Amino acid sequence: MPERVVSDVVCPFCGCLCDDIEVVVRENRIVEVREACALGTAKFMSLSVGERITKPLLRVDGSVRQVSLEEALKEAAKMLADAERPLLYGWSSTECGAQAVGVALAEVLGGVLDNTSSVCHGPTVLATQDVGCPSCTLGQVKNRADLIIYWGCNPMQAHPRHMSRYTTFPRGFFRERGVKDKKIVVIDVRHTETARLADRFIQVELGKDYELLAAMRAALKEYEIPEKVAGVSRKDILEVVELMKNCQFGALFFGMGLTMSFGKHRNVDNAISLVKDLNAYTKFIIMPMRGHYNVAGANTVFTWETGFPYAVDFSRGYPRYNPGETAANDVLQNEECDAALIVASDPVSHFPAKAVKHLASIPVISIDFHHTPTTEISKVVIPAAVAGVEVEGTAYRMDTVPIRLKKVVEPPEGCLPDREILRMLLEKVCEIKGVETPVVKHA
Amino acid sequence: MTKHMILIKNGFVYDPINKIDGEKMDIAIKEGKIVDPKKVKEKEAKVIDARGKVVMPGGVDIHSHVAGPKVNAGRLFRPEDGRRQVRPFGQGLRAETGFSVPNVFATGYRYAQLGYTTVMEAATPPLKTRHTHEEMSDTPILDQGAYLILDNNWVIMEYLKAGEYEKCAAFVAWMLRSMKCFGIKSVNPGGDENWGWGKNISSVRDRVIYFDISPAEIIQGLIRVNEMLGLPHSFHIHCNNLGLPGSYTTTLETFGLSDGMPISPKVGERSQNLHVAHIQFYSYGGEDWKTFESKGDEVAKYLNNHSNITVCLGQVTFDETTTMTADGPFEYLLQSINKLKWINRDVELETSSGIVPYIYRPRSLVNAVQWAAGLEVALLTKNPWQIMMSTDHPNAGPFTRYPRVVKWLVSKKAREETIAKCHETLPNRSSIASIDREYTLYEVAVVTRASAAEALGISGFKGHLGVGADADVAIYDFNPEKQDPSREPEALEKALSRALYTIKRGHIVVENGEVVGDAPKRVFWADICFDEELEKQVLDELHETFAKYYTVSMSNYPISEEYLVGSTPIKITSK
Amino acid sequence: MKELYLISKGQPKVPLEAEVIKPDSLAGLSTEEIANLIIYRGNRRVRLGEYFEVKGESADNPEELRIIVEGDVSRTKYIGAEMSAGELIVNGSPYMYLGAWMSGGKIVVNGNVGDFAALEMSGGELVINGNAGNYLGAAYRGNWRGMSDGLIVVKGNAGAEIGSWMMGGKIVVEGSTGPFTGVHMSDGIIVVYGGLGPRAGAQMTWGSIVVYGYAPELLPSFSFNEVIPAVEIEEERFEGPFIEYVGDLAEEGEGSIYLLEEKNKHLKPQ
Repeated sequence: MPERVVSDVVCPFCGCLCDDIEVVVRENRIVEVREACALGTAKFMSLSVGERITKPLLRVDGSVRQVSLEEALKEAAKMLADAERPLLYGWSSTECGAQAVGVALAEVLGGVLDNTSSVCHGPTVLATQDVGCPSCTLGQVKNRADLIIYWGCNPMQAHPRHMSRYTTFPRGFFRERGVKDKKIVVIDVRHTETARLADRFIQVELGKDYELLAAMRAALKEYEIPEKVAGVSRKDILEVVELMKNCQFGALFFGMGLTMSFGKHRNVDNAISLVKDLNAYTKFIIMPMRGHYNVAGANTVFTWETGFPYAVDFSRGYPRYNPGETAANDVLQNEECDAALIVASDPVSHFPAKAVKHLASIPVISIDFHHTPTTEISKVVIPAAVAGVEVEGTAYRMDTVPIRLKKVVEPPEGCLPDREILRMLLEKVCEIKGVETPVVKHA
Repeated sequence: MTKHMILIKNGFVYDPINKIDGEKMDIAIKEGKIVDPKKVKEKEAKVIDARGKVVMPGGVDIHSHVAGPKVNAGRLFRPEDGRRQVRPFGQGLRAETGFSVPNVFATGYRYAQLGYTTVMEAATPPLKTRHTHEEMSDTPILDQGAYLILDNNWVIMEYLKAGEYEKCAAFVAWMLRSMKCFGIKSVNPGGDENWGWGKNISSVRDRVIYFDISPAEIIQGLIRVNEMLGLPHSFHIHCNNLGLPGSYTTTLETFGLSDGMPISPKVGERSQNLHVAHIQFYSYGGEDWKTFESKGDEVAKYLNNHSNITVCLGQVTFDETTTMTADGPFEYLLQSINKLKWINRDVELETSSGIVPYIYRPRSLVNAVQWAAGLEVALLTKNPWQIMMSTDHPNAGPFTRYPRVVKWLVSKKAREETIAKCHETLPNRSSIASIDREYTLYEVAVVTRASAAEALGISGFKGHLGVGADADVAIYDFNPEKQDPSREPEALEKALSRALYTIKRGHIVVENGEVVGDAPKRVFWADICFDEELEKQVLDELHETFAKYYTVSMSNYPISEEYLVGSTPIKITSK
Repeated sequence: MKELYLISKGQPKVPLEAEVIKPDSLAGLSTEEIANLIIYRGNRRVRLGEYFEVKGESADNPEELRIIVEGDVSRTKYIGAEMSAGELIVNGSPYMYLGAWMSGGKIVVNGNVGDFAALEMSGGELVINGNAGNYLGAAYRGNWRGMSDGLIVVKGNAGAEIGSWMMGGKIVVEGSTGPFTGVHMSDGIIVVYGGLGPRAGAQMTWGSIVVYGYAPELLPSFSFNEVIPAVEIEEERFEGPFIEYVGDLAEEGEGSIYLLEEKNKHLKPQ
């Protein structure tokens, strides 16, 4: 049986966006995935055997029936056009072209447009808006860094190739001996798999990251700090600060341990501020460990088209932005929105109960490739092809390096790319609203 | 809205490339090109009565930060700027946001409202250039192109150090083709690589850490490569020591490096081998901030004796704006002075960048000197073809202030009014108050379209209204027979702010100052055939560099043409 | 002073945006014209009169106008936003952005207010006779210039990040505050009579937080300065004695937190 090997495939799973994957295809089926981590492999492999949706579904009075794409789109367009405050959410697990059509759709609808960063690194965005963010691409870290800090994140579990590909283990231009040339520090509330690989582990008390950061910053500026802060001794704090000051190139990676624990964006604010301070002594950068493979792309596309990276409210015709008011969880928990379009995302599984309760009470349209708890509560479900496996497009890595996603296999019949589905939906909505369909050049 | 043919009748035409200085004449458009008016019948055309109006070619901006990673990072971290200027979706137009960091739609619309139709993105880092193209493709109306940052590139520094200019040229040709970029950009040569270690470079003779090459060697090497390839545009540089007191000496040294170097474009008719961007930002004397003074006069004096150099201004406009540059160490310095938020984005093996908000205040002596320095260069340089008006958008001010900059150029009175609002010791630090020169409308047309088109090597079809040129036209509501720019600068500023008509490739895109439609877009890039054999050799060597030091696969690095809306390769056979 | 009544007829589920409810917008208009003003319900434009009965009489100038809003306004945003003159009394509990960007005049709320009230306030007076939400008198996202002038008084409690990036004016909270009170403040005064929320004064560089209630703990980047009997800030005397802490040292800040000694002995170094 003829086999085809596609090389340098981009993995559409996490923000590492590894682009060295080899995929073996036989009769339009992926039979083997090389170089990828377990998570990436699982994503590629699951598409053949998983719970794919292949027909549009319409749920009426509790019963589900298969309908034509035309009927599903018509129903969806009407639901959205009728809504006074529709929410358009998801976007982080699809390619940039689909995101761009999503912006146009939100604009025409006067809706609220949000991506999953509002529940992962939204706080990082807020902190960046307050104090900035000194960062770089991952190759800078690979080639130069001699001190790597992982704070509130566990790449060995969530970004399995991060350490081997970008930070800890690879040999870099100025770090020829690989891991031997680097020090690894992990700061977390528990002793994770990543911590086991570290030269130094600092256990911070749960919900006290801000205090630890404040103490480190004060110590850096040679103020006296208390004997113990956030469960960490003064001695340990001073030693870590010395390590940071005296490295040649330091890199601090952080995850939801900072963004989603008490203090949220202020934790990130103080972490960024610490890194800014350190630049007075040496080179230091900071980078969020982005989760979904194209959540950075969602922020990027939303920003160049609307000026704002997430939580964009078009109700007055022009974009407005204020997380706390205009993010998905805000309009859901405050029971503001009256319809929702969910694209490549599963908020029912990930949002707090209060938000899910409201979502379940309003008309929901899902565009997805497989069944999820969210498709279960959706009135209209439209099956999609999988970006990065069945559809080409652009994705942005966690360091905002854009990479072209590859098409490896043909999608199942009837499964169109998200951007095509959204384009048709946009056209139908414009028809109902009686406005000219905006040309989305980018897609 | 758009008829096949347009006839613009009886306007006062300013078309310096064709040496037309305010002559009353008709301009005819057919199929997106300028044609002989005799070939367009009035009955079949849309007729625009331009009696008592100024008619110019569409504006050409040689240097503006409008698309790409750092522009977008600027938008992302300045929501407070985003909400400053908004316009709702409607009338077939997308919604606008942003004052100093407008979204892509606002960028296209607002440039068109000023009568501009061609805008070059000033700097793009290769590894993220896909992003730059995504944004340019999404920017309405404008024809564009981008300059590729190559000076702090490891591969290039190695070739230049080894004196392998042929190989370097082959590599540059491959890079421009792979990145679909228009020309070679240098930003703080050597300084950005040192910034990888948190350091900078202090003069053109200083050495780059590890790579052991000087900025001077990089600059001369890349000028040489640029001319070996015969690119339409010259080497385009952001000098070392930007923004610092005393930086004019570095500027003059950088100027000097181009002395005697060849000028050999294979396309276009430029007469420079060095374009120095936003000259204002390093036309300063003084030992420190206390003694900070303008040396715009010294810079102009040099330009007056060296016709092989062109400059764009980077004129300060006294606004709250957003500074953004690939000069990472400069932005670090700036945030340490103004204490505002700071983004830094270093790019592996290639370059760096930084972004900091900044407020220019006339009462600040430093800012006032900066304002004066830009104008001094513009007014004391005799040949306007060496000058291109710009604000280095958004660094010295947003491009929407161009009409205000023109006001200062055409009117001593307007300058005096601004000087009166400036720090009182400005006259001791600048000769601006004593300069009498006032630009004519013809000279305005030179520095806002003609000189840029020529310096870019696209004056065959851009920046003029001769037969065969792109039908990019701006009509302004200003009557040079009845109005004197020198005495009525406000009227000119107003007229230039909202074009009566902007026509882009034969499509009316602005009417009465309002955007009324889009036009076919083009993105220009240099498609160079240099030396296939050598290129193969270079790429073989490059495989190892990618495998070891980049974090993307070499096969995923080049950008396919499908990323470009209106891809327009400029074919160049160099050998 | 003329009095104009806006009486709520009830609230929709999709929130309203009604920044026209302020003397600046309603002065000089007849009750009929006012009822015909456009407000927003989600992406729809509706008449003010659809949700509010308009009674009384408007004045020619906003300075001479008192607007009294009665009833349920729990889904109405932007009441009094960008107000510069006159008076506004809200007998109800308005939703978000009450008095946001206000620069003058006086607003009294006899109820609670939602988040983002008096955002970036630059003048005037806001009295809330109930509780305030998060981001009271705070800066808008990304702005390093928060509240610059004016007075906010809250009789009840206030939420998180009140007075963020504050650079002038005064906020008085008679109840307790949430986390990050006065975060990034560079000037101005915040007075708290109840409990002080965690991480107060975080990243402050200047300005004062005066606390008459209990503060469980301060950030490790604040250092004890002294115990003083009283403190005078911008010509106003606060009677102590206070324990004074200085910070945020993380920012090399010189802001002060004055804690009433009597209630905060645990924060006095031994």
